Amino acid sequence: MEIFVSIIIGVLTMSAVYMILSKSLLRIIIGTGLLSHAAHLLVLTMGGLKTGAAPVLVDGVTEYTDPLPQALVLTAIVISFGVTAFFLVLAYRAYQELNTDNIEEMKGTESND
Amino acid sequence: MSVLHLAILLPLLAAPFIPFLFRALKRIHTGWFVLIVPVVLFVYFFRFIGITSAGDVVTETVEWMPSLGINFTAYVDGLGLLFALLITGIGALVVLYSIYYLNKDKESLGHFYVYLLLFMGAMLGVVLSDNMVVMYMFWELTSISSFLLIGYWYEKERSRYGARKSMLITVFGGLSMLGGIVILESIVGSFSIRDMVANQAVIADSPFFIAAMILILLGAFTKSAQFPFHIWLPDAMEAPTPVSAYLHSATMVKAGLYLVARMSPVFQESPIWLWTIAAVGTFTLFWGSFNAVKQTDLKGILAFSTVSQLGLIMSLLGLGAAALHYDGMDDNIYMVATIAAIFHLINHATFKGSLFMMVGIVDHETGTRDIRKLGGLMTVMPITFTIAVIGSLSMAGLPPFNGFLSKEMFLKATTKVFSMDFFALDTIGILIPVVAFIASVFTFIYSLIIFTRTFMGKAQFDRLPKQPHEAPIGMLIPPAILAILVVVLGFVPNVLSNSLIKPAVESIYPTLVASGQEVKVDIYFWHGLTPELFMTIGVILLGTLMFYTINKWMGIYNRIPHRLTLNGMYDGSLVWSNKAAYRFKDNYMTGFIRSYLVYIFLFLSGMMLFSMYWFDLFNFSFGEMEPVAPYEYVLGAVIILAALAITFMRSRLPSIILLGVVGYSVALFFVFFNAPDLALTQLVIETVSVALFLLVFYHMPEISKKEVRVKFKIENAIVSIIVGVTVMLLSFMALSNRSLSSISEYYKENVYDLAAGKNMVNVVLVDFRGFDTLFEIVVLAIAAIGIYTMIKFRTTERTKGAREHEPKK
Repeated sequence: MEIFVSIIIGVLTMSAVYMILSKSLLRIIIGTGLLSHAAHLLVLTMGGLKTGAAPVLVDGVTEYTDPLPQALVLTAIVISFGVTAFFLVLAYRAYQELNTDNIEEMKGTESND
Repeated sequence: MSVLHLAILLPLLAAPFIPFLFRALKRIHTGWFVLIVPVVLFVYFFRFIGITSAGDVVTETVEWMPSLGINFTAYVDGLGLLFALLITGIGALVVLYSIYYLNKDKESLGHFYVYLLLFMGAMLGVVLSDNMVVMYMFWELTSISSFLLIGYWYEKERSRYGARKSMLITVFGGLSMLGGIVILESIVGSFSIRDMVANQAVIADSPFFIAAMILILLGAFTKSAQFPFHIWLPDAMEAPTPVSAYLHSATMVKAGLYLVARMSPVFQESPIWLWTIAAVGTFTLFWGSFNAVKQTDLKGILAFSTVSQLGLIMSLLGLGAAALHYDGMDDNIYMVATIAAIFHLINHATFKGSLFMMVGIVDHETGTRDIRKLGGLMTVMPITFTIAVIGSLSMAGLPPFNGFLSKEMFLKATTKVFSMDFFALDTIGILIPVVAFIASVFTFIYSLIIFTRTFMGKAQFDRLPKQPHEAPIGMLIPPAILAILVVVLGFVPNVLSNSLIKPAVESIYPTLVASGQEVKVDIYFWHGLTPELFMTIGVILLGTLMFYTINKWMGIYNRIPHRLTLNGMYDGSLVWSNKAAYRFKDNYMTGFIRSYLVYIFLFLSGMMLFSMYWFDLFNFSFGEMEPVAPYEYVLGAVIILAALAITFMRSRLPSIILLGVVGYSVALFFVFFNAPDLALTQLVIETVSVALFLLVFYHMPEISKKEVRVKFKIENAIVSIIVGVTVMLLSFMALSNRSLSSISEYYKENVYDLAAGKNMVNVVLVDFRGFDTLFEIVVLAIAAIGIYTMIKFRTTERTKGAREHEPKK
C-alpha cells in the first residue's frame, strides 16, 4: 500500500512541477494545487498507513492510526486552501491590470539582453 | 575597563557628540572642541615615556570574546608608544590647523571631525592592541575613515574616484592580512602578538610560514603604499589638506611600517623577509622619487615623495633584520638600519607634516597648487617660505636638519650590505645602495622644485585665482612647530635616543635584548670622511646639475603609454571586472521566474539525492505492509491518469475538472487511510476550491497556446521527472528507516483524561496544539484581508487604460 501511494505521490509531484514551470499563471496555480495534494499524501504515508482503527476512541480498541500526521495534514489542507484562494485572486487582478496571464509578459519593464 | 582602554577609545567616544556641538554652537568653530581630545591624549601618553624608556611595558586586558581567544588587550611598549605620540601629537596640530583651513560656515564640519576622530581612535587601537583580531578590526576602521575623509568633498568626481581606489586597495590588503592572522593563530593557538613572538621558532618551522608572511606583508604594503600598491596614495590627495598631512603622510600610511616592525620578531630570521621588504622598499623609494619630479601639483609631488619616503623606511626595516645574524657582536652595527628607520619615521612626520601644511596654506591663499602658475611668493609669504625651505631641505637630506641625520644613517645602512656575506647580499644586494643613491638624487631634485617653483622665480600673480597674502597666524603655528622640531631634532637628536628610539628598537629585537645586548642609540653629525658622506656630496652635486638641466631630460616621462601604467591597469581591471560580473549575473539572473524555479527544484533534488547517497539510505527495506485492495488500485490509477492528463490540457475547464477529480480522489484515499476528519475537510475544501477556480477562470483568458517550443517542454519534463522521482525515493526512504516510535502514544493515552474528547485529531488541533490552530486562523484571516484589498482597492490613474480591455462582467 505504501509503495503504491509513494508512486502516486511521485506522479503528482511530477505533474505539479511541470505545471508550475509553465508560463501561464493558471497552470501554475493548478500546479500548486497538485503539489499540495502530493505533500499531504507524503506526510501521511511517512507516518505509516492503516496501522489501526480511525483515531476516535472506541471501547475495546487499542490500535489506532497515528493521529499526529492527520492533525498536521488537516492544518495543511486549510492553509493550502488559503494560499490557493489568495493566489487565484492575485492572478485575476493581475490579469485585469496587465491584460495578460503570461508571466513572461508580466515581467518588469527592465530590458533583459 | 582601564584608563588605558578609555584613552584608546576616547576619540571614538567623543565622536558622537561632535554633530550636536556643530549644530548647537554655530558661532564657535567645532574644531576647538575636537582639539581637546588629542591634546589630552598626548599629555596622557607622554607620561608613559618614563615607563617604556626603563624597558617596561604596560598591559591591560578587557575580556571580549574569551572563548575565541579574542580580548581587547592594550599593550604599550616602545614601538606602540612612539606611534601613539605621533598620532596624538600630529593629530593635535592638524586639528588646530584645520580650524583655520576649513570654513565653519561653508563646510559640514560635523562630518569632518567625526571621521577624523574615528580615524584617531582606530589608529590608536591599531598600534596599542596586542590581540591581532582586535588590531585587524581597528586596521579596517582606519581604511574606512580614510575612505570617508578622501571622499569628504564627495560632489567632486576625483574625490569619489580616489576614495574608492584607496578603499579597494587597502581593504584587499586588510583581508589578506586577516588570512595571515588566521594562519598564525592556527600555528600558535593564540591571537596575541606576544605569544606569536614567544613561539617564533614554532612558526618558523611551520609549512605555512611563507604563506602567513606574504599575507601579512600584503596588508603592510597596501597600507603603506608600497610599489605596486602605491597608486592609491596620489589619488588620496583629493582629501582636504589637513587630512593629507595627518592620514596620508604622518600616521595612517605608517601603519604598514608599524605592522612590519611589530611582526619583525616573528619573521625576521627568514631571508625572504629581509629580501622582500628591502627590495620592495628600495624600489618604492626609487619609483616614488622618480615620479615625484614630473608632478605639477604640489600635493602630487608630496604624495609621491611620501610613497618614496615610506619605501625608504620600509627598506631600512628589511635591512635591519640582518642584525639578528650578527648577534655575537658587542656593538651590533647592523642595528643602525632599524634605528635609522625609527628615527626617519619621526623625522618624516615632522618635515612632511610641515610641508603638507605649507602647501595647504599656499592653496588656501592663492587658490591653486599648480607649480606652473605659482612663483615669486617669497616676498608676500615670508613665513610660509621659511617653513617650506626648512621642510624641503630636511627632506633632501641636507644639514643641519634632522632629515640629514636619518638620511646619512640610511645610506650607511645600505653600504653595510657590502659587508654582509649571507643571503646573496654581497652580490645582487649591491643594487640596494646604487638604487638608494639614484633615488636620493631624485629626492634632492623634487625637494628643490617644491620651494623654488612656488616661492622663487618670476611672480605671476595675475594668473592666480586669488591675490596672495600671508596666512593667518593660527594656520602658521602648526607647521611652524613642526619646522622648529625639524631644526631642533637636527641639532639635538639625542633627546629622542633613549626616550623614544631605543625602546622602539628594543621592541623589534626582543631576542637580542633578551640575550643581553644593548641597543646603543647615539646620533651625531660628524662621522668623519665616511662613504655615506661622500654619497651625500655626490647626491648634492648630481642633483643640482640635473635640477638645472631638467628640461633636457623631462621627455623620458612620456615614454610609457597610459594603458601600461599601473593606474591604467587598475582602471582597466575595474571596467573588466564590472563587465565580467554583469555577464556572469546575466547568465543566471534571466528575470524569468521559470529559471529560478528550475534552480530551486534542481537544487532541492540534488541536495536530497546527494544526502541520501551520502548517508547510504538507498537500500530500501519495507517490511510488512498492508495489501492494496482492487478499488484502491482503481482510485490510484484515476489520480495518476488525471494528474498526467492535466499537463496536456490546453483549455481551462477540463483542467479545473481534472484538478477536482484529483482532489476528490485524494479525499477518498483519506477515507481508506482511516482519516475521517481529513476526508471531510478535503471534500469541503475541494468543493469550495473548484467553485473558486470556476469563478475566477470565467474572467481569465484561455490558456495561452504560446508554449509550443519543444525544447522548453522537454526541459520542463526532465526537471519535473527528476523532482517526482526524488520525492518518491524520499517517501521510500522514510518508510524503510523508521527507527523511532511515534510520539503520538502520549495523545492516545491522554486524549480523554486531559481533554475529555474522543476524536484524537480534533483534540490535538483544538487542545494540545491549540496555538497552531490559532495561528492557522490568523493565516487565513491575512489571506482574506489580502483578497479583500485586492478586489476592493484597485484604481490608480495609471491602470485606467488597462481596464478598458477587461472582459465584461
